[in-house]
Amino acid sequence: MKIGVYVCHCGGNISEVVDIKRVMKFAEQQGDVVLVKEHAHMCSDVARKMLVDDIKEHNLDKVVIAACSPQFHGRTFMGTVEKAGLSPYVMEMANIREQCSWPHYYEPEYATKKAKDIVRMAIAKARLDEPLEKKTSPIGKRVLVIGAGIAGIQAALDLGDAGFKVYLVEKEPSIGGKMVKLSRTFPTEDCAACILSPKMADVPANPNIELLTNTEIESISGFLGNYDVVAVKKPRYVDTSKCTACDKCAEVCPVVVPNEHDEGLSSRKAIYLPNPIAVPHSYVLDDKTCLGLFPLACSKCYDVCDPGAINYDQKPERLNFTVDTIIVATGYEIFDPRKKKVYEFARSKNIITALDLERLISLEAEGTSLRPIGKRIAFIQCVGSRDELVGNEYCSRICCMYATKLSQLLKRADPKRDVYVFYIDLRAYGKGFEEYYKRAQRTGVKFIRGRVAELHEDKRTNKVTLKVEDTLTRDIIESEFDLVVLSVGLRPSPGTLKIADTLRLIKSPGGWLQEAHPKFRPVDTLADGVFICGCAQGPKDIPDTVAQASAAAARAIRLMNKGEFEVDPITAFVDEELCSGCGICAGVCPYDAITIELKQGKRVSRVNEVVCQGCGACVAACPSGAQQQRWFMTPQLHAMLSAALGEEVS
Amino acid sequence: MKDNNEPKVIAFCCNWCSYAGADAAGTSRLQMKPHFRIIRSMCSSRIDLELILEAFDRGAWGILVAGCHPGDCHYVDGNYKTLRRIILLKSLLSSLGIEPERVRLEWISANEGGKFQKVVNEFINEIEKLGPLKKEVSKQ
Repeated sequence: MKIGVYVCHCGGNISEVVDIKRVMKFAEQQGDVVLVKEHAHMCSDVARKMLVDDIKEHNLDKVVIAACSPQFHGRTFMGTVEKAGLSPYVMEMANIREQCSWPHYYEPEYATKKAKDIVRMAIAKARLDEPLEKKTSPIGKRVLVIGAGIAGIQAALDLGDAGFKVYLVEKEPSIGGKMVKLSRTFPTEDCAACILSPKMADVPANPNIELLTNTEIESISGFLGNYDVVAVKKPRYVDTSKCTACDKCAEVCPVVVPNEHDEGLSSRKAIYLPNPIAVPHSYVLDDKTCLGLFPLACSKCYDVCDPGAINYDQKPERLNFTVDTIIVATGYEIFDPRKKKVYEFARSKNIITALDLERLISLEAEGTSLRPIGKRIAFIQCVGSRDELVGNEYCSRICCMYATKLSQLLKRADPKRDVYVFYIDLRAYGKGFEEYYKRAQRTGVKFIRGRVAELHEDKRTNKVTLKVEDTLTRDIIESEFDLVVLSVGLRPSPGTLKIADTLRLIKSPGGWLQEAHPKFRPVDTLADGVFICGCAQGPKDIPDTVAQASAAAARAIRLMNKGEFEVDPITAFVDEELCSGCGICAGVCPYDAITIELKQGKRVSRVNEVVCQGCGACVAACPSGAQQQRWFMTPQLHAMLSAALGEEVS
Repeated sequence: MKDNNEPKVIAFCCNWCSYAGADAAGTSRLQMKPHFRIIRSMCSSRIDLELILEAFDRGAWGILVAGCHPGDCHYVDGNYKTLRRIILLKSLLSSLGIEPERVRLEWISANEGGKFQKVVNEFINEIEKLGPLKKEVSKQ
């Protein structure tokens, strides 16, 4: 065996503390070491070229780089030794910068001694390294997109346009998500339905997208390149291919229930069109309130349906399909203000949520005003956001700007209105936001810094009195309003929380789905081939949601486009001779990568190396030492221990 | 670490959080007592009892096992497995005549360089007071 050791100065970062010469001399004395060199910058092109040449010239079969952290330049040097024709897994880094010269800066003597130990540990491990090869596994071009709000729609369209097969699953009878409910969007004040509806229409028009509305995910198992999905399509009782949305059925339906699309402010029938721009543009029968279904007693809608689209006999349908990657776009729900004592009267006549106001304004614009909105209107910011008392420490990011937008729409409809916004901090962080906020101030909207302490609705007049301290002037304000609007924050939707369990995704504080890395892998998750976008990942506005959705689509395409993907070889494996088939390993595996199989009459553990992520939990749990992890073999860890504790190892 | 007059601590650090936390301490130039050697594993759940006893057998005075915070494990729940194992180990250590304080479990995230420094300094101070193992650990 021939080991080459390279000691890096790191331009003084290491050499100013650690005595490089003594470390080199020490390395030379270690068994199997045939070459020891130093360099001012091992990561430089010239040094890496030297390394490649040395490997070839001296037939080195192991390399130790004593330099920075493997997390800093590990990939760099793995690539370099690979270039020289070696396995990237016969290179070990001795971290003598982050873990030696820097934290022991004032103890150069000890640091030198410690650097020697660290080098000896790396040599001990390298000695036992096996030349592992990266493996590849085939992958197809099928994607599951969960949730068809604006995030899911955007991701599905990008993927469909790029030629990938998309299953777009939405639990509601129409796609469009929360954006369908909005009046206009900040800061440009585009009509939300007008910009969304063409996108919604593009979905069924795309030949690569299979749209599954009224459908919920039941289970997902498998792994990157082979996720088995079970979904349940709930009965709609209306054939979407026959329904012409003529509304005759709703006209005769005798059942009146609150309309979810209008946040319950208006009503709908038991058979209804989910929203005016619904896709698919078809009615749906709400079987929880329909009189006629069980047993068939009414049938008024059936009788008037000319195209014969209604079918009371539809049953839930179980769908099975396999996909290669998954994009989670399950979105948010709004914070329920009644969870906080101050707002206990919320949803009484004149204390409403901002989403209620979105609907009131939208309906007024459509010419079906539900109620007068009033002259004096107050917005209360950060309801359910930045509030540890309700367990939500985070900022919901969109409320400052949607309140600003709503204030503008109110002012424009009636410039004589008095509009107040009570805030803690006004956050106008996005492109065009600050300018929009300034404009709102100029139109006479009064922005007052203070958290509202009391809120009372006069039972006689229904006017609301609000008590707040203006924290800039220290004045206590007590004032009566016609309408108080609670700028409610966002929470992860129940669907987001459910899918996190189904896919075993990690949640960040607040329950949002956790990205693999906050800076460099913002739409990846730690589950291979599962991506996240939109408000499922955290509160965000529409442009950020769309950008993230396209990013998630691009990351999914990156994995699938090559037709195969690389599998890290540092997986677990089994010595079948030693294995007793007890199955403890299978029990501790977080990925269900281990199965117990019968092999020539003997129960043995088998690791699916595509699924295994290389944590090593099974190795620690195995009572017979049959389970091992490549690159972290038990003898390697023992050799490192000996080297660290000063025993000579040959 | 041959010299028997100085504390010898082995720190098992998981790749994703604690090893990166140790790097973060260094990058921030946080100064620490130097008497520890870090062994990296992908997850703290890889560190089994045998490995820890092996370290004592080879002369370690103390063992630090560091992983991701509960809920943050890169491998879903490996750190909970570690937690259970260390609790078990501590009760076993007493019966072997080894002070349970010689093993310490800590959750240190990738950005907690300050916590890494504090833990290492505290632990080495405690281990210094305990001194080397009083009796030989014989391998079972």
